[in-house]
Amino acid sequence: MTSRKDITLDRRAVVARILRDRGDALLLTGLGSTTWDVAAAGDHVNNFYLWGAMGGAAMVGLGLALAQPQRRVLVITGDGEQLMGLGGIATVAVQRPSNLSLIVIDNESYGETGMQDTHTKHGVDLAGVAAAAGFAYSATVYNDDELEAVIPVICQQTGPIFTAVKVTATPVTTVLPPRDGTYLKNRFRQSLLGSKATE
Amino acid sequence: MTDTQPWADEIFDVLKQINVRQVAYVPDAGHIRLIERSKNDPTLNTIALTTEEEGIGIIAGAWLGGERGVLLMQSSGVGNCINMLSMIQECRFPFLTLVTMRGQWGEFNPWQVPMGQGTKRVLESMGVIVRPVDTADRLAETVDAAARLAFDAYRAVAVLISQRIIGFKNWGDDQP
Repeated sequence: MTSRKDITLDRRAVVARILRDRGDALLLTGLGSTTWDVAAAGDHVNNFYLWGAMGGAAMVGLGLALAQPQRRVLVITGDGEQLMGLGGIATVAVQRPSNLSLIVIDNESYGETGMQDTHTKHGVDLAGVAAAAGFAYSATVYNDDELEAVIPVICQQTGPIFTAVKVTATPVTTVLPPRDGTYLKNRFRQSLLGSKATE
Repeated sequence: MTDTQPWADEIFDVLKQINVRQVAYVPDAGHIRLIERSKNDPTLNTIALTTEEEGIGIIAGAWLGGERGVLLMQSSGVGNCINMLSMIQECRFPFLTLVTMRGQWGEFNPWQVPMGQGTKRVLESMGVIVRPVDTADRLAETVDAAARLAFDAYRAVAVLISQRIIGFKNWGDDQP
């Protein structure tokens, strides 16, 4: 019998499971492992990957969510990336976008630099920060049952939604999506906006 | 101060004409009138930030979603934006920012001088085209031209609004 706090979830399985129910949601990823996780689940024209700009993923999500209020916007990023933009959680909470879900895949480590501890390893509670800031919903997920329960919240419930999913720090293979920023931007806009993308 | 910023109303009219829909800002005395006008316009999303670099992401996200944004900040905030500007340059996002200058014309606070003096070079080193303005009568046309360069030619452009236009910060008459 594992305790609720034992971390057993696999990041690739978690991301693939969430994306199975994405529908027509628009998706942004943060620098590092979450970009590789989403690429491993399958590239998509409605995906925009941040290969840099660490700390900025949630903010790109906010601008997109405000511009596209009828579309669900998902941001999948890591704990290190979100910690670099902690103030952005407060900025999202104040704007209260009903269509925005922030999902932090939390392995408590900086995966791209040698698996050093992040602050979440030492007790910093990102879901607690989001709740205190005023998110409409905030939770930390530790197992498959909790993950299954939260996916409809992530994809449909009135936001802003914050979900931290605790995953193991087990190394995974690097799967690379396209990295040319101009290409990714134009591909995303063409799919979303059609002929208006090039006006 | 709001009554003494007719140029801010002219800039606001330009931003409306070019169809800016998202106004991201860090509170700033020099932009007080423009921020107030934006907040009072229900057709705009006016977004208060905790730090200026958040605004870079928001404007990129707005463009991904088909909207135009502008970032209002003070010269000190430009330093907070440096790495985030990588995304603007790499993805060639249109980017318009209006920067009120400190540390420049008759500054009282020496701590404002280093970033104020470095603002133009920092922006240019990150690929932003810089248009300094030091007289109020040139502001609206410069913002209009900068916006065309940003949104029509897909470039990053900053308009630097001189401390000469904004006026000196009032530190009181009893300063040493």
